[in-house]
Amino acid sequence: MTTTEVPTLATVPPEARARAHPGVGSRIARTLTRAPIAIILAIVGVAWLIPTIGLLLTSLLVPQEIQRTGWWNAITEPGLLSLDNYREVLDNGAITSSLWTTVWISVGGTLLPILVGAMAAYAFAFLDFPFRDWLFIVVVGLLVVPIQMALIPIFSLYNDLGIFDTVLGLILFHTAFGLPFAIFLLRNFFVGIPRELLEAARIDGASEARIFVRVILPLGLPAIASLAIFQFLWTWNDLLIALTLGRETQPITVAIFSQLRQFGGNIEIIAPAAFISLVIPLAVFFAFQRYFVQGLLAGSVK
Amino acid sequence: MANVTFENIWKVYGDDTAAVRELSLDIADGEFVVLVGPSGCGKTTALRMVAGLEEITAGELRIGDRVVNDVPAKDRDIAMVFQSYALYPHLTVFENIAFGLRLQKVDKAEVERRVADAARVLGLEQYLSRKPRALSGGQRQRVAMGRAIVRRPQVFLMDEPLSNLDAKLRVQTRAEISRLQADLGVTTLYVTHDQVEAMTMGDRVAVMRAGVLQQVAPPQELYDRPANLFVAGFIGSPAMNLFAGTVEDTDDGLVADLGGVRLPIPGEALARRPALRGHAGREVVVGIRPEDLEDPAHALDPDGPRLRGRVVLREALGSEIVAHLATDLRPVDIDPEARGVDPREAETAAAGAVGRDEAPLVARISPRSAVREGETTELALDVTALHFFDPESGLGIFDAAPAIGASA
Repeated sequence: MTTTEVPTLATVPPEARARAHPGVGSRIARTLTRAPIAIILAIVGVAWLIPTIGLLLTSLLVPQEIQRTGWWNAITEPGLLSLDNYREVLDNGAITSSLWTTVWISVGGTLLPILVGAMAAYAFAFLDFPFRDWLFIVVVGLLVVPIQMALIPIFSLYNDLGIFDTVLGLILFHTAFGLPFAIFLLRNFFVGIPRELLEAARIDGASEARIFVRVILPLGLPAIASLAIFQFLWTWNDLLIALTLGRETQPITVAIFSQLRQFGGNIEIIAPAAFISLVIPLAVFFAFQRYFVQGLLAGSVK
Repeated sequence: MANVTFENIWKVYGDDTAAVRELSLDIADGEFVVLVGPSGCGKTTALRMVAGLEEITAGELRIGDRVVNDVPAKDRDIAMVFQSYALYPHLTVFENIAFGLRLQKVDKAEVERRVADAARVLGLEQYLSRKPRALSGGQRQRVAMGRAIVRRPQVFLMDEPLSNLDAKLRVQTRAEISRLQADLGVTTLYVTHDQVEAMTMGDRVAVMRAGVLQQVAPPQELYDRPANLFVAGFIGSPAMNLFAGTVEDTDDGLVADLGGVRLPIPGEALARRPALRGHAGREVVVGIRPEDLEDPAHALDPDGPRLRGRVVLREALGSEIVAHLATDLRPVDIDPEARGVDPREAETAAAGAVGRDEAPLVARISPRSAVREGETTELALDVTALHFFDPESGLGIFDAAPAIGASA
């Protein structure tokens, strides 16, 4: 080829060009093959949501209506719905204060293990010290220790320390039992961060603490966000630990539990309280979800 | 700015793997020294020891007058460009370049001024607000450079900074780095496995092999007077041809006998290698650079001595022809690795076409040469450019035993 002329598309026969372009028919065929899967998924999704929808509608019905009919009638008679129950619950001092207690326990029980876990994970991933790998194996091994086994010893320990029945005590318990998983998850994420980044930061004059705060934490955000969601849900929904290690310190789970009466009495308090305690972790999930970014490391090396 | 001194530096992994053996090297203030060698020769380890990323097993390393063996990387006042660039992916180009300055608590206006300066020099002005992932390879490389120069460190360390760029960009960036280093006058240690980078960029080039420094010299001297067989083979492409031969003292002066072919050694060659006389009557290794051979029809001295061989491969590169010949000269029995040739390269198609009793000869000749594959041809040889080595020690035969790194 010695020509410098640019070849034009006209030299390609039209039927060859048409073959390369998928028509409307093939698109419809593709949609049809996917349709059954979509329908099945929709059915499963709705079935999964029925209890939640039931709870929501029940919480919006006045007590007499709950006794009289089923929640599903509210779908056809929206006039039955009212926010009275919620007003009632939010005026109920016991419920609101237990809600705040839950917030403190959950926030503390999420932030503390993440902070400590991230620092430990940094050490396990990047620092050299004797028996590092053996220690890490021990930490992972701690994942299998059942919580129930620790309840009685911790109970007497807390009594001796004077932190029985305190928010601090509950936070510390959640931290202790959240740490093995936190360290395991974060360490495994951190080792994927290229070592050169740390070396570059060291040469730039950064101390280990700086590298941790300025490089590792921002890059570890996806893992930290997923860990935060796990840990938050775990501490928010906890009933067992709060029942055992608290008496006056009641999170919302314990408060709802103590409202239970025979034959569904008190449903007008339990339903809205339960729904509130369900919506908050959901909001947290959606708030953190945007940190699940893929390719955060793109552009650093190569 | 400062000089860098390696004094008998050792790096030993475990109990018995030595990556760097007794390295002594003096880098003057403002000098550009290139460490070059095949992969695994210890050049990167040597660089990382200067950076403080690798502990020094034994010996003393000084930056300026300060012994830095136990000084952590962050306090050494050095800057490094990594092969992978190692940009902070969550920070913008501006923040990447400013990272070190911010840690030094440099005044905010000063940071902005210096980053802007660096960005202008490197042509990064319109990319300052971008993240590294939105940059091309060449731009990332320049950000890595920017991060180094903005700090105004005492020493630049560069670890194969061009190896991730495509060929054309590499040539351009090579020139840019050279110019930048000359402008800034910062002492620079540059690691590469690419001899073209080594030859074009360095004030001096240090050749390493298996952890041992082979020779330190300005590029031209490295090419003209390789201290041993390894340097001779490693510098220059295609590699120097090596043959077994003897030196004989005749009535017409010294003669190199290459097994049938007798090459007179002219006075000017002898003047550069007075020790050659002492080798009269003994075995030597004779080195011939491919570029010192030429098609007689295009040679400057068509009447000079010639070598004869059968052309087994003819590679036309446009600007030149690389001709692979099979000759009846005596091949040297030296492991390719020890003569600076990549063992993989030694197993070429051309090598396969050379018979067992024949010795390969590679020549770079005029593109207008009429040599053809399968033909037997004669090539004119520039005898003033012959190289001689002691087959026992592998050292080049010059005046006395050449001290490694003697020239500066």
